[in-house]
Amino acid sequence: MDKKLYVSMSPHIHGDDSVAKNMYRVILALVPALLVSVYAFGWPALLVTAISIASCVVFEYLITRFLMKRPNTLTDGSAVLTGLLLAFNLPSNLPWWIIVIGALVAIGMAKMSFGGLGNNIFNPALVGRVFLLISFPQQMTTWPLTRMQIAASGTDALTGATPLGLIKAGQFDQLPSAIDMLLGNTGGSLGEVAALALLIGVVYLLVTKTITWHIPVSILVTVFIFAACLHLGNPERFADPLTHLLTGGLMLGACFMATDYVTSPMAKSGQIVYGIGIGVLTVLIRSFGSYPEGVSFAILIMNAVTPIINLYCKPKRFGEPRK
Amino acid sequence: MKTFTIGGIHPPESKLTAGKSIVDLPLPKQAVVLLGQHIGAPAQLVVERGAVVKTGQLLAKAGGFVSANIHSPVSGKIAKIGEAVDASGYPKPAVFIDVTEDDWAEEIVRTEKLERECRLTPEEIVAKIAEAGIVGMGGACFPASVKLTPPPGKKCDLLIINAVECEPYLTADHRLMLEKGPEIVIGIRILMKALGVDRAVIGIEENKPDAIELMRHLTISYPTIEVLPLQMHYPQGGEKQLIEAVSGRQVPSGALPIDVGKVVQNVGTVYAVYEAVQKNKPLIERIVTVTGKSLKHPGNFRVRIGTPIADLIEAAGGLPDNAGKIISGGPMMGKALVGMDVPVAKGTSGVLVMDEAESVRKPAVDCIRCGKCIGACPMGLEPYLLSALAERQVWDRLEKEHIMDCIECGCCTFTCPANRPLLDYMRVGKAKVGAIIRSRKK
Repeated sequence: MDKKLYVSMSPHIHGDDSVAKNMYRVILALVPALLVSVYAFGWPALLVTAISIASCVVFEYLITRFLMKRPNTLTDGSAVLTGLLLAFNLPSNLPWWIIVIGALVAIGMAKMSFGGLGNNIFNPALVGRVFLLISFPQQMTTWPLTRMQIAASGTDALTGATPLGLIKAGQFDQLPSAIDMLLGNTGGSLGEVAALALLIGVVYLLVTKTITWHIPVSILVTVFIFAACLHLGNPERFADPLTHLLTGGLMLGACFMATDYVTSPMAKSGQIVYGIGIGVLTVLIRSFGSYPEGVSFAILIMNAVTPIINLYCKPKRFGEPRK
Repeated sequence: MKTFTIGGIHPPESKLTAGKSIVDLPLPKQAVVLLGQHIGAPAQLVVERGAVVKTGQLLAKAGGFVSANIHSPVSGKIAKIGEAVDASGYPKPAVFIDVTEDDWAEEIVRTEKLERECRLTPEEIVAKIAEAGIVGMGGACFPASVKLTPPPGKKCDLLIINAVECEPYLTADHRLMLEKGPEIVIGIRILMKALGVDRAVIGIEENKPDAIELMRHLTISYPTIEVLPLQMHYPQGGEKQLIEAVSGRQVPSGALPIDVGKVVQNVGTVYAVYEAVQKNKPLIERIVTVTGKSLKHPGNFRVRIGTPIADLIEAAGGLPDNAGKIISGGPMMGKALVGMDVPVAKGTSGVLVMDEAESVRKPAVDCIRCGKCIGACPMGLEPYLLSALAERQVWDRLEKEHIMDCIECGCCTFTCPANRPLLDYMRVGKAKVGAIIRSRKK
């Protein structure tokens, strides 16, 4: 027989999943929240997102081409996703050059210096955000009001405090209602405002089996329980658990940042430990720390612990114990 | 509907030949009978070059307790005793028989008449099964008589018949049930008698409703035999997975099914048992599914052992121009063949011809640590870790992470979004760690 045959080990078929498909599914899941924030903050929101994505893509291209000298990995969609997630963590009035710096830190420092997608220890978008928060505290914590807030207040003010800022200041009476927070009628970063739109995205990710429930649910349940305990102990000082759930970056963090494949634990049991850790740290930082928001720090700290979690949290093995 | 609880996947079924009746394949010009068609010691040759043998005559005797007799699948003259490349790609000892006519050994009963009664004692049944050289026909090729001889102190409480056929494309077991149902039921009763069990369960996946209905109908007067439809779930045909799906019990790591009181036999094996015990017919032919998207006439064939794969592909319409890979077995666990001269063995359940485009693996990228391989692993292992440890040759850690529990089902590689060759590396690790464990015992 002249015909040459391929010879390889089984399996000979593949499920046709790919890294790019997973990344694009997450990007698609973020679109509803992006639409809400464009509606709430207007075109600046879109501009921030565009600058962020473009800089992430350009930096990744330049680094793979000129520093690492290897084929670029742009088609896997991870640079676009990092750019989108970084934008979601920024206020809509941030100057363009700060966004570019954030993208450089996220892609260059947090992702490519470790070897690119799959090898980074920390969530790149969060590293970018925290770097900016510490370097540019003024710009990073000036929150433009949403279209709905401006219409309701009738004032000329263009910026205002976030719900978590109000909590930190002890101004519980000025907190927006839960329904406002759910629908995005509060101040904050691009991706923080609309819990409901984020939840729609998460349902999509769960249905397509892109992520499993373990991380988001364990974070949200932990935050709720821990915040409820504090609130019951001293309602004057600690906000109620529902406000904790619906404000700030918690929904975004729990559903889209903490679930990042690369930086979260592998086994389901480990993912629950990780989620509980993030939940506890978030409430601790929010309630006792000097920053009003703690999700980013909580996730980054747990990112660092992930290798240890992987070492001890194993999947349930097949087989009864031997007698 | 029942299934196993950990991991598993749902590959496309691709059962192209489910509706194709079994067709007898013409005898080959030369049969190439491998001497190692089973797990365990190779069989010892009892014939010489130049000898004339009859169909069903003993060619080689079992080389130990875990071994199997091999009989001549054809009649003719032994042309050569040498080596032939088998499905593994390596040359192995084999007997080459030039086929003359089909002259059967006298003791074999060749009528189609159903023989219901079996008056043999359990010991006689097991001896007859061993004599006939029957091995597990689902692919593992473990000598059937060994499984029917529980070690002292172990008692079987349930016989499980594996009619799952969870491999995509394959339909040999499915067709066998539809066409030889009554014989299979008698075979099950013979096995129950041999094992001394009063219960048997036939596990069939729900994508074979006609087989489920027929087997239910045929066993209606035997309350001790239950037909159990199972959810579609690969690798449910794996012995440990099937035992859990049927009985809810998980065989411990490193233990055998008999340790939890179960014996599993493939439905093809059961049919061979019927033929051996009731008709004195040794294992010299089997049903093989010959399939592939570009084959002109895919089908199910009754094939003599030793027939070259080329004859099967010819019968299915010839090798398509765009053929890229020929697989012995199914696409999940089958072996890619190096050529079409490879002969059919006792464990050859199918021949799958894949198109060139299907044959090429996509390039692997870095692991993104998504953990989907863990979710897919039916043994609860961490393929990403095992593969990385094998790549880095960390053998002691591999052993601690249970590499020896891997059943090589391929769920991890099938699932991996980064197209990583997880199972390739794990096989290397398993072979190496297995060798280390054996050398330690010495």
